[in-house]
Amino acid sequence: MNRIQDAFKNKKAFIAYLMAGDPNLADSAKHILTAQEAGADLIEIGIPFSDPIAEGEVIQASSARAISAGTRLDGVFEMVASIKEQMRIPMVFMTYLNPVFVYGYDRFFAKCAEVGICGVIIPDLPFEEQGEAKVAAERHQIEIVTLVAPTSEKRVIQIAQSAEGFIYLVSSMGVTGVRNEITTDLSAIVSEIRKYTDIPIAIGFGIGVPKQVEYYSAIADGVIVGSAIVRIIGEHGKNAKQAVYEYIQSMKQGLVL
Amino acid sequence: MNKGRFGEFGGQYIPETLMDALQELEEAYNHYKDDSEFRTELNALLHDYAGRPSHLYYAKNLTKQIGGAEVYLKREDLNHTGSHKINNVLGQTLLAKYMGKTRIIAETGAGQHGVAAATAAALLGLDCEVFMGKEDTERQALNVYRMRLLGAKVHPVTSGTMTLKDAVNETMREWTRRVSNTNYVLGSVMGPHPFPMMVRDFQKVIGVEIREQLCRVEGRLPDAVVACVGGGSNAIGTFYDFIGDEKVRLVGCEAAGKGLDTDQHAATITCGSVGIFHGMKSIFCQDEFGQIAPVHSISAGLDYPGIGPEHAWLYETGRAEYVPVTDDEAVEAFERMSRTEGIIPAIESAHAVAHTIKLAKEMGKGKIIVVCLSGRGDKDVAAIARYKGENINE
Repeated sequence: MNRIQDAFKNKKAFIAYLMAGDPNLADSAKHILTAQEAGADLIEIGIPFSDPIAEGEVIQASSARAISAGTRLDGVFEMVASIKEQMRIPMVFMTYLNPVFVYGYDRFFAKCAEVGICGVIIPDLPFEEQGEAKVAAERHQIEIVTLVAPTSEKRVIQIAQSAEGFIYLVSSMGVTGVRNEITTDLSAIVSEIRKYTDIPIAIGFGIGVPKQVEYYSAIADGVIVGSAIVRIIGEHGKNAKQAVYEYIQSMKQGLVL
Repeated sequence: MNKGRFGEFGGQYIPETLMDALQELEEAYNHYKDDSEFRTELNALLHDYAGRPSHLYYAKNLTKQIGGAEVYLKREDLNHTGSHKINNVLGQTLLAKYMGKTRIIAETGAGQHGVAAATAAALLGLDCEVFMGKEDTERQALNVYRMRLLGAKVHPVTSGTMTLKDAVNETMREWTRRVSNTNYVLGSVMGPHPFPMMVRDFQKVIGVEIREQLCRVEGRLPDAVVACVGGGSNAIGTFYDFIGDEKVRLVGCEAAGKGLDTDQHAATITCGSVGIFHGMKSIFCQDEFGQIAPVHSISAGLDYPGIGPEHAWLYETGRAEYVPVTDDEAVEAFERMSRTEGIIPAIESAHAVAHTIKLAKEMGKGKIIVVCLSGRGDKDVAAIARYKGENINE
């Protein structure tokens, strides 16, 4: 299976997020393959949730469209399984905790391993509450990616020391969504994290143009782009392939090598 | 397992962007709750401004009409702003001020918590913004205007089902944007730790007073205390002081909406299952894949798909019982209380009254029931008229 570390091996990583089931699961599978073709180094697949409290309007709307289109967790697993053999880059899930908890931690992570998912990002599962889920995830060699926020400060040490996969550094306060200006001193946070771990650090939240990719990939090991891609898929629906390809390719060119 | 647990329930399942703010809040609360200056100022506000202690009133007419157990009403509806919400809001807003915050944000369902928050902010000189589901801003238009009158900004929430749960989502999102100068004043015993503990501490005065007041007139404890449950703040306030008195039945009344055989209810304990949402492990109305269910109640304040974690624990351990009450039953109790006692209860509280009437018959003479009248019903008059097919100009 592809591992998260592969995405960062001897290079900076461009991480692309999209929502499973928007506009439908068959097209999501195509868009994931397109993102890979366009140069993405890691794919983050969103599992739609009724109440995505860490998301801005773009991903909220995408989540709602996916649910209205009838997307269910078992369908998401099937979709991922259907492209497993064609994927040369690692895939992780981004999901809220309740769908995982209700499905059953062990059953969920076993299924992840089966379909070729190597990690999960769960925004409402902070470090302190990871215990239960982590035991089950480890059993199936699924890595739980932890977030660090500009306000994590004294908690950075414990988060960094037990981090796996990569550290998701939240660029600024607030929810997901493209921003024109980010004022957080991210270099300082990266240096702080670096004191405690060598694990890759990727910066996400608010990144939408190649100039930002250039800037943040110079500071960290990778960048995560979500809302901008989700917006393109939202605008073009089934016919998003070309636009997704061109966008990711242009963003990828911003990466500092 | 992290702190803030009631058995397996509770916890702090919240985005990393809020963890620091929650820890700051918890530390500040633990510091000030025993601080004599803070206690003195809060107690003075509760007494002089909110009007505590609230009365315990013997509902003579209703008791006579039912012909069973004696019914007492804990008159939280007589508090300033018309509900129990002021108890919590004065505590949290004063805490925000002591912490040096300049702004509070709050969610609201029926608008009672929003009005209370706007009131406390006006009194204590803080900015206030309230998030309210768009559907609720329409069915509680009077409270929206009331909040604006008090100087608060009201944001109608158009995401999801446009009701209380979506208002909570949006308030949490807003909090992540501005944690440095803002406290989230949560309205119920729900959400991540320390809210369930802190809100319960600010509300437990209800039960403490019931004990004292009833002992004074009857010389004994009640046989049952009854309260309505959305998130569960007036219920936990009513129950908490009696948890150790095993002979006192603790009865929570949840909204059965149009009936449990429909999908239009908010009967979390009766129909829900264990989940993790809004920062807490508790019981929720949800589907088999963990998507939170749209819920319904005639009462905006009970129209919530979850319940506070301490209630989930009281239910699981068997210490408290939870019963469903339909829209129809609540409306009937709303009218009956108005006619027999001359007291118009909030439609939320009317759920508790409806079950109290049943329970008083069941338990029979010689028993004593105290029902928490958590709020007054002025805000509901137009909606109940509509429910009865009459359109009045508000």
